[in-house]
Amino acid sequence: MVQLRLPKNSRVLTGKTWPKPENASNIRKFKIYRWSPDDDENPRVDTYFVDLDNCGPMILDALIKIKSEIDPTLTFRRSCREGICGSCAMNIDGINTLACIYGLDEVKGDVNIYPLPHMPVIKDLIPDLTNFYAQHASIMPWLETKTNRPAKEWKQSIEDRKKLDGLYECVMCASCSTSCPSYWWNSDRYLGPAALLHAYRWIIDSRDQATDERLEDLDDPFKLYRCHTIMNCAKTCPKGLNPALAIAEVKKLMVEKTN
Amino acid sequence: MGYSKSLINHHFAMKLSSIALFFLIPVFIFTFGSVIGEDHKTVVEHFSKPVPALIVALTLIIGLQHFQSGAQTLIEDYVRGGGFMIATIFVKVLSYCLIGVGLYSIARIAL
Repeated sequence: MVQLRLPKNSRVLTGKTWPKPENASNIRKFKIYRWSPDDDENPRVDTYFVDLDNCGPMILDALIKIKSEIDPTLTFRRSCREGICGSCAMNIDGINTLACIYGLDEVKGDVNIYPLPHMPVIKDLIPDLTNFYAQHASIMPWLETKTNRPAKEWKQSIEDRKKLDGLYECVMCASCSTSCPSYWWNSDRYLGPAALLHAYRWIIDSRDQATDERLEDLDDPFKLYRCHTIMNCAKTCPKGLNPALAIAEVKKLMVEKTN
Repeated sequence: MGYSKSLINHHFAMKLSSIALFFLIPVFIFTFGSVIGEDHKTVVEHFSKPVPALIVALTLIIGLQHFQSGAQTLIEDYVRGGGFMIATIFVKVLSYCLIGVGLYSIARIAL
């Protein structure tokens, strides 16, 4: 049966509005999704006001300020604060991105912040990425070799190394996968853009010796072929990568392998 | 019935039919459009010629095969449970019926 509305206990309600900071002239309004597994309440959107004159330039700076000075119960992941760890991925102003490298000046009007879409929520802005990481593990994200280990190192030409550019930079933030409608509907079976980008990264690695096995593993009606080149992944990637292109390359290799 | 284990051939067939339709559709529109508004006798005469008849037949076969593959993908994406088999059978039967009826009509006009 098609369900057009969220179940009653999942509908997002209007939450608490926190007081504005005193003696502040440059105030910005933040509307942030809140949900806790510790009570039986519905998710809600709380409203916070941040004095931008005493705040860093990024969304994450504002979130940390809210947590430190206004509401210590606000929960979110963060670590490196420079777009390397991928922890602070969330939906900001309708875009899946990293809060640490998304500037406050990039959002017009109120700042709406939600967890990554279509994922189970653990608490507030923290999605459950268990399935996402399991899918990443399933593509064997490591160098598979069959020949004897060389005395010093596995060598690679400069040209072959260049093939990994645009692939190895992925920080596994899950912004791409959670922006993909195909992944929304079939995340239990479709690997999603992030895992497939990583799959291609290892398939194309000249040092890897399990290319056939990797391609065979992806030869499945759901793992790879649910990508319909919607391109949300490439549009949203905070690192400017193009998972859709990587998926297209894997599909091309599949056809070449078969013919 | 439904998806096979491997989708490589399905993917390849979709790409090929897309390329074929890219060229066929404009020719079909031109062929079909050139007799719009004409009387019955002129239209029948036009499609009795081998080239227009062949263009219509090819467009019909490739177009409906492409539709069937696309609709199959759509069903795999969104339909689960018992509805999956019903929707798959419906799309296949509809496509092949339309191809059959179309080819029969062209044959009757052309031969």
